[in-house]
Amino acid sequence: MKENKQITNIFLSGVGGQGAILASNILAEVFIGAGYDVKKAEVHGMAQRGGDVTTHFRYGERVYSPLIKQGSVDFLLAFELLEAIRYINWVKPDGKILINNQKIFPPAVNLGTAQYPDDIVGTFKSYFKDNVYVVDGGEIAKKVGNIQAANVVLVGAFSNFLPEISDEQFVKAIKSLLAPKLHDLNEKAFYEGKKAI
Amino acid sequence: MDRQIMQGNAAFARAASDAGVRMAAAYPGTPSSEILRDIAAEYPEVYAEWSPNEKVALEVASGASFAGARALACMKHVGLNVAADPLMSLAYTGVKGGLVVLVADDPFSHSSQNEQDSRNWARFGKMPMLEPGESQECYDFMRVAFDISEQFDTPVLLRTETRVSHCDTLVELRDKFVPERPLGLDKKEWTKYVMVPANVRPRRLFIEERTKKLADFADTFEYNRMEINDTKIGVITSGVSYMYTKDVFPEWSYLKLGMVWPLPKKMIADFFSKVEKVIIVEELDPFLETEIRAMGYEIFHGKDVIPSVYELTSEIVEKSLKGDEYKASEVRVKPEDLPRRPPNLCAGCSHRPLFYALKKLGAFVFGDIGCYTLGAAPPLNAVHTTVCMGAGIGQAHGAMKMLGEEGLGKVCAVLGDSTFLHSGLTGLMNVVYNKGISTTIVLDNRITGMTGHQEHAGTGFTVRGEKTNMVDYEEIGKALGVKSIRKIDPYNIEETMAIVKEEMEKSEPSMILYTNAPCMLLRREKRAFEYPLYAVDNDLCRGCKMCLDINCPAISWRAGEGQSADGHKRKGTAYINPDQCVGCQVCAQVCKFESIKPVIK
Repeated sequence: MKENKQITNIFLSGVGGQGAILASNILAEVFIGAGYDVKKAEVHGMAQRGGDVTTHFRYGERVYSPLIKQGSVDFLLAFELLEAIRYINWVKPDGKILINNQKIFPPAVNLGTAQYPDDIVGTFKSYFKDNVYVVDGGEIAKKVGNIQAANVVLVGAFSNFLPEISDEQFVKAIKSLLAPKLHDLNEKAFYEGKKAI
Repeated sequence: MDRQIMQGNAAFARAASDAGVRMAAAYPGTPSSEILRDIAAEYPEVYAEWSPNEKVALEVASGASFAGARALACMKHVGLNVAADPLMSLAYTGVKGGLVVLVADDPFSHSSQNEQDSRNWARFGKMPMLEPGESQECYDFMRVAFDISEQFDTPVLLRTETRVSHCDTLVELRDKFVPERPLGLDKKEWTKYVMVPANVRPRRLFIEERTKKLADFADTFEYNRMEINDTKIGVITSGVSYMYTKDVFPEWSYLKLGMVWPLPKKMIADFFSKVEKVIIVEELDPFLETEIRAMGYEIFHGKDVIPSVYELTSEIVEKSLKGDEYKASEVRVKPEDLPRRPPNLCAGCSHRPLFYALKKLGAFVFGDIGCYTLGAAPPLNAVHTTVCMGAGIGQAHGAMKMLGEEGLGKVCAVLGDSTFLHSGLTGLMNVVYNKGISTTIVLDNRITGMTGHQEHAGTGFTVRGEKTNMVDYEEIGKALGVKSIRKIDPYNIEETMAIVKEEMEKSEPSMILYTNAPCMLLRREKRAFEYPLYAVDNDLCRGCKMCLDINCPAISWRAGEGQSADGHKRKGTAYINPDQCVGCQVCAQVCKFESIKPVIK
């Protein structure tokens, strides 16, 4: 077990089908491998039906609550812009934010009865200054060979926030969760993501 | 040391296998559904079945128990209401092989029609209840529940909830237990199993004696645990409430109850003698508080500050107990100002055209529990009641009995295939028997949809994917005495409207069945539409927004002043996302200007 009594809180948010679940599974493998206690609470009851998906991910010496307190998120990993701003209040003042530069319109916006918020990244920067990072996960994944790997690109970018975990530990975790034929693509996606911020 | 991260429900499934369970029966319901799925997928030595409802599941499990096997029945909280009838008498019969009834609560009603605190069943039914708070305890408590069941001759309730069942935490596994008891039924045990008055009365006394023994056992139960730290404040709590409180106030002392019924009286007395003030933190009802107050203790805080509604979180516990000292975190953006992302029927879902048709007919629709409950939301607004599984049929019948001829043409009941088999048959039989005139539409999409595609008696497959008999809904209707049975293709809106109207107007019971309308997410039966993709012809679109009324996730509004090719001014046009469109043609039928047409994908 680690000496560090601190609990680190990672909040993942996105829309059903974006691969946020795989991303949180990779993080779980990595931190369990590093000897931490881990709790991961997914809210995905109706994700198949286009709803939002969030994961409360916590690691440390001993984690009790499965849920993160509002205002205490160390790292926000958002797979979609609206699903990033929805959780801006959850991040602690010195928290870090990684946003995938993608917009998926919710029904009310599709129907023209609500506006998709303007300048989400600007709003984040007004509070968190240089701790806001934006990555075009889809574009990078396409260049690597498959847009499906966007989630692993984001994990790669996110790994910059966690210097205590080596790239090899991440790649090992990714491989342990994916079929062998997907290993090369996703390893590349991880490293391209790592370089992206 | 074999430590792995497991969802609470996966830990329950593994524990069942490791406890030597031979029988597992369930009806799906969030957040419990993964348990039986995992048992069926991972542990072939356990017989597993989806039963048609929770009552049957518990009866099946108890039969296995009477035959000497360890048996498990799983359900969500409202499912235990359905299973309550056998449960309350199984408390009297007791068991032979261990019998565990797992009940999954859903505080905050994340995906349920109400918010019940199932702990009340333990007191009401006079059975022990265990309550785990994380996956390790899911694993340990399931195992020990079977030992308790056999030791004390009682069914054991195992209570979980959304944040326990659907949370992944580390689990250390233990050796597999193999029961030595041979299987077999024993006629000599009839005085224990036949609940006639002469047998009930001695068993009633047995229950009182059993509860006393269980309360003594609770005092030494290894999962009722005292943690003495700062003695100024001691917290009595259980399950996930312990996790939330310990997260915020690690310095306090704790009495963490693994068994929430019956309560360990000596341990509670001991705890009160060790700490200055006692706070009780529990989700939902003041269950522990009522009992502990009744023992004569003074409580410093309980439900005077801890909410009795919705789920708890660390934040709510902190805010409730710190009062004025609590500092809320900064609000940067008001979440209520952001557009929500509510669940919606899938693109191509067969329920969408039916609800559009029912809306056009102006019908009052008695609904049910399932994906089709989503038809209540705007802009469809086509479902007007949702109470419990099977309720819509009885309610439509009751309403029509009151409205008489006045109600003709205006009322129907809708329910899914799995729901119909769960508890719709008796309602429909009653409509015929009591000379009702209501209309029942069975939205047969060939699977239990909302809970994640579980098989049932109408799909032709068992939980393990083996082929089996497939219920014929039309034959059921006939056997129940329904004379007017019609079939609709919901994707043909005009025809559907005509048939439903005709049936609703008839002064006799009617039954309407979907044909060829499987769930869009069900791969094995994926319906092939004539054309795979439709698009909006911008020359013809007048921007009337009619197609937006069906709330298809593939259709969106593109604002922009302009005019159609034939000179009609418009404020924008509809757009169909080719990645989401499946070609169901519903929007094309809704469009009055023929501007939605098939295109090459």
